[in-house]
This record gives sequence, structure tokens and C-alpha cells, in this order.
Amino acid sequence: MAEHPLHKYLRMEVMPHVFCPGCGAGIVANCFLRAVYELGYEDLSKFAFCSGIGCAAWIPSPFFKADSLHIMHGRSIPAAMGIKLMKPELKVVVFGGDGDIAGIGGNHLLHAARRNLEILVIMVNNMVYGMTGGQVAPTTPFGAYTTTTPYGNIEYPIKAAEVVATAGASYVARWTVYHTRQLINSIKKALNTEGFSFIEVVSTCFTSYGRRMGFKSPAEMIVWLKENSIPISEYKKNPEKYAGKIPVGEIECTPREGYVKRVWKMIHELSAKSS
Amino acid sequence: MDKRLLIGKHFWLGDVACAEGAIAAGCNFFAGYPITPASEIAERMAKRLPEVGGVFVQMEDELASISAVIGASWAGAKAMTATSGPGFSLMQEGIGYAYMTETPCVIVNVMRVGPSTGQATKGAQGDVMQARWGTHGDHMGVTLCPNSAQEMFDYTIKAFNIAEMLRIPVILLSDGVIGHIMEPVTVPDRVEIVERKKPSQGDTMFFGLEDVAPMPEFGEGFNVLVTGSTHDERGIRHTTDPEVHRRMINAIVRKVLKRRDEVTFVEKYRFGEGVDVAFISYGCTSRAVYEAVRILEGKGVDVSFLRLITMWPFPDELTRELGECAKVIIVPEMNLGQVSNEVKKYVCPSKVYGLHRIGGGEIPRPGEIAKFALEVLKSG
Repeated sequence: MAEHPLHKYLRMEVMPHVFCPGCGAGIVANCFLRAVYELGYEDLSKFAFCSGIGCAAWIPSPFFKADSLHIMHGRSIPAAMGIKLMKPELKVVVFGGDGDIAGIGGNHLLHAARRNLEILVIMVNNMVYGMTGGQVAPTTPFGAYTTTTPYGNIEYPIKAAEVVATAGASYVARWTVYHTRQLINSIKKALNTEGFSFIEVVSTCFTSYGRRMGFKSPAEMIVWLKENSIPISEYKKNPEKYAGKIPVGEIECTPREGYVKRVWKMIHELSAKSS
Repeated sequence: MDKRLLIGKHFWLGDVACAEGAIAAGCNFFAGYPITPASEIAERMAKRLPEVGGVFVQMEDELASISAVIGASWAGAKAMTATSGPGFSLMQEGIGYAYMTETPCVIVNVMRVGPSTGQATKGAQGDVMQARWGTHGDHMGVTLCPNSAQEMFDYTIKAFNIAEMLRIPVILLSDGVIGHIMEPVTVPDRVEIVERKKPSQGDTMFFGLEDVAPMPEFGEGFNVLVTGSTHDERGIRHTTDPEVHRRMINAIVRKVLKRRDEVTFVEKYRFGEGVDVAFISYGCTSRAVYEAVRILEGKGVDVSFLRLITMWPFPDELTRELGECAKVIIVPEMNLGQVSNEVKKYVCPSKVYGLHRIGGGEIPRPGEIAKFALEVLKSG
């Protein structure tokens, strides 16, 4: 049997993977590796991966055949910054969930966007703390029932992609795990855009969220994502009318000089002066 | 001229000497967050590191600082951060990650009065136990306590060398007095530098080996898996297997204890002689003890002194030996007994007297220490 074209990027010896049936993490991993494949990378040696704690953080570690740093909860972005500063030639990619990236690590997300740090952050937003059993997250929809909102969520979810765009990122997009082709293209574009790139992927956690919200199957959740998302251009025309919908598409695409480039420009200028 | 080594005599702040020691040791990455009384280390690094081709970054908080240091270390850097009590508390999870993943780095804690915000501008010695047990779980590290600007320079270099040799985070535990003291510092024309052991092509085991494991660098093609979860020698997670956990934790503790002699630094005065009083002290307080020793000797009292430069692993054998030769042991320190209680583990507790002083950055005065010793001798 011919080998699957994406197997070369995977550590097949650690398979089978650990994700629950119906989890969106596999779709995100697949889309990322397809983007890498379509960009013509033979392997992942030009990449470094960084992830924190949570289900999505397990996408690169241990499954990607690459260097990966699986660090503390919320700290993947500053750790990625340390790697990128010392190895600017590597493409540094962060995978994380909404709790990891927008919750406990939210401050780092803002500052990486502000600095326009040259990394790609893929936030797999399953709207819940899945690994710990389905507690409310900063992305959980208003009114949703979770294990820590037994009477319904009385907080509003963060619009992470819009916040990151406002904070100064070069590239920002939001898709769902239904929009696989668009997501692949978006990852390809993000990997080649100078500056900070952020892609929010609204995903499915059937085990800890979907079944409690009344979905009968993971597939039903994906159909729901399809029917409840709307192109961002359409959404902008009448946000009130589309309240509760998921705006998908590119939110920002303005390549600009990144932080690491500025750091090394300064260092090179100073050492040229002193020698 | 090598801009990393400012050979000659200087009149430096302790914090500045620390920064220069780091640069002399080959530090090429610093990430930090401003905090009194450690900010001068970051300020010096911000100016100096880019001049020598290194990277300085001011992060958004201490959580980010330690994380960036860990990332940079895996990208091949000799990396460091500097902070004080509140920031050191925030860094504890990251320090534990560095133990677990065997990531070499240096964390400087210029101690101030705590807990909490405490007295930000006043020196203290209240973080001794935190330096040992601040992070959760079993681990073993090295903590060094300098007592002069010269030692801030010398022991920052040693801290880097130990970190690289053992693949551990090393804590330089200074205090607000030593961080802010201005003193002559001599920079020698060469310093000994230790580099981390690198893997050979084809190596796949980078963690928890019998000896310190070789450490690959990101981007070298080793496909290294680094995780703070319990992992095997190849970095593969084993989140429930008790055997793997025991094996790995024993390895990260054993590698330090095996080289205990190489990382134990002390200053001894009349060590091993039969005396009336023996002092154990460290950091800024030890400077008052030098003078107290002279006062007591002037009064005809036989005194010996063990100054701990290495705080952890605790010099237990030396402490035991000292205890056997002295009628009483006095431990002056600027906390409520963190080291005097440790000493009681190795010396008959009834022989050990702590002289404790907290608040306001006040060091016990030499006269007070001498008086305390005479009173203890009289009552004992």
C-alpha cells in the first residue's frame, strides 16, 4: 500500500493518537500538514513547534516529527518567542486551545500581536476546557451549560481574532473545522506573511461540550458550524442581525516588519559599530 | 578586544557585576521584567548584550520571562533572567519545568522583604526555602549565595557553568544589600567556561540518562520532543506509568548529587578546630559575622565560621563536622530561621541558636551578634 503523503511529517511510532472520537484536533492537524505539503516542504526540519497544556497542545507533541516544546499552561507564546529570537530562520508555530491561548495565556497573546512577533499561532477554539472535563472557557457562548456553569454561562465570550487584529498582528483569520480548504489556504498564507499570524479555528469537542449542548453526534456539530458561520464581509454589514453567528474569513492581512527582525537589525548595527 | 570580558578593576554595583559575570560566562539571551532591587541587572543587560551579539528582551511579566528563557535555551542559548521575591514566586512553575525537561538556565533572585509586596526597597533573606522547594514535586538543583559585588561576578559565571554541566536551572540567590552594594570588582583576563554536552548524529535519547544526557538544539534535525509531562529517555510522554516517573525523577536528582562536591562552595575559618562558638551564615549577613568573629576573639572566645556560598544542595557533611567541634552553633540570618532549622537536621538541635532579623533591610550588627554569642555561651 502506498504511504499516505502526510505520513512523512508524523511520528507514526506514537500512533494511535489520543484524541476523542469527533474531536476537531485531527482536522486541524491534517489541514496544517496539508498546507506544509502544498508549500513543498519535504519534512518539518525548518519548523519548531511550541504548545502549552490542553488537548490542542497535543497536536504537535508528540505527533509531529519535528522539534517541539510542550511547555506550561499558557506559556507557549513566550517560549516560542525565545526560540524565534535565537533561531530566526525557523518557522515557529504555536498550537493551543482557547483556554491555553486566550485564557491563561491571553496576556502573552496580546503582547506577541503588539510586538508583531514572527510566529504563527493556531488557536483551536472548542469553546470549553475539554481536557479537564468541560468547564466554562473565555470562549464559551453566553448561556451555555458546562460543568462549572450548571445554571448557564453568564459571561460573554471573547472575540479572540478581532482582539488580536486590533493589537497589531499582521495576519488574522477565523475558520471552523468545517472550512478545511479555506483553512489550508489560510495556513499557507499565514506561514508566508511577515509578522504575527493568528488563526482561530472553531472546533468540536463532542465529549466535553457537544453532547451536553444537546448534539446527537460529532457530525451534527460540524453541520451546526457550517450553518452558523457567515463570511466576515457579510457579518460586518449587519452585526446585530447576525449576532450569535461565527464570522469566518480573513480579518487582517497587512504584512509588516516583525519584532525579531528589528531586534537583530539593532544587534547587527551595534556590533558593526563596535568592531 | 573581547567586549564580553571587561578586563581590569571596576567600581560596580552588585547587580552590574552580576550582569557582567553573565556576559563573561557567555550568556547571549536575557528575558526579564522590571522589579526592585533586581532591575539594574536588566538595565545593564539591555545595554551590553546587543553590543556582544546577544538578545535582550523585556517581557510582559515574569511568567513570560522564564518561558522565553526556556525556549531560548532549547534554541541553543545560554539564557538568564533576574528578579526578586514576587517575580520569583511567579517563575516557580517555569523553574520546575526546567528541572523536569533538564533545561540549563540561570535565575537570579535579588531577595527583598516579603511575603507579598513586603518592603520592595529593603534587602532580606526570606527566600532560602523557596529557592529549594518553591516549585512543586521532587527535584534537585543548585543555589548559590554571593556576599559581595566580586562574588556576584564570580558566582554568576559559576552558575552558568553548573547549569550547562548538569542541565539544570541554577539559582543565584542574592539579596537587596549585595545587589545594591558598590564595590571594587576585578575582572580577570580569562574565565573558565563550560559548554553543554551535545549529541552525536543518530542519538535519540536526550533525557534522564545515567550521566547528564546530551542536549540537542532546535533546528539541528534531532526532532527532539520536550515536555514537562513525565517522559522517557526519548521525550515520549508517560502520564500514568509509575516506573517511568520513578526512573526519570531519580535520574534528575542523582545527576546533581553525583557531582555534589563540584558544586559545593564554602568559606571556612578555623574549621574543624575545637571552639566555643561556630557561626554559619551567608549572603549579606555573613559580612557582619566577619566583624563579630573579630570582636569575640578580642574577648578571648574561640570562634569558627562556615560561610555557605552553596546553599543547595545543603552542605550537610560540613555542617555536621562543624557541629562536632563547637559547643554552640549560631546562625544569623534575615528571616525567621530558614537555615537555622535546616542546620538542626545535621547537628544536635539544642546546640543550634538562630539569630533572626526581619524587616527594613536591617542586617544584625556585629556587636549584636557578638553579644548574642556571649549570652548563649553563658546560658549554655
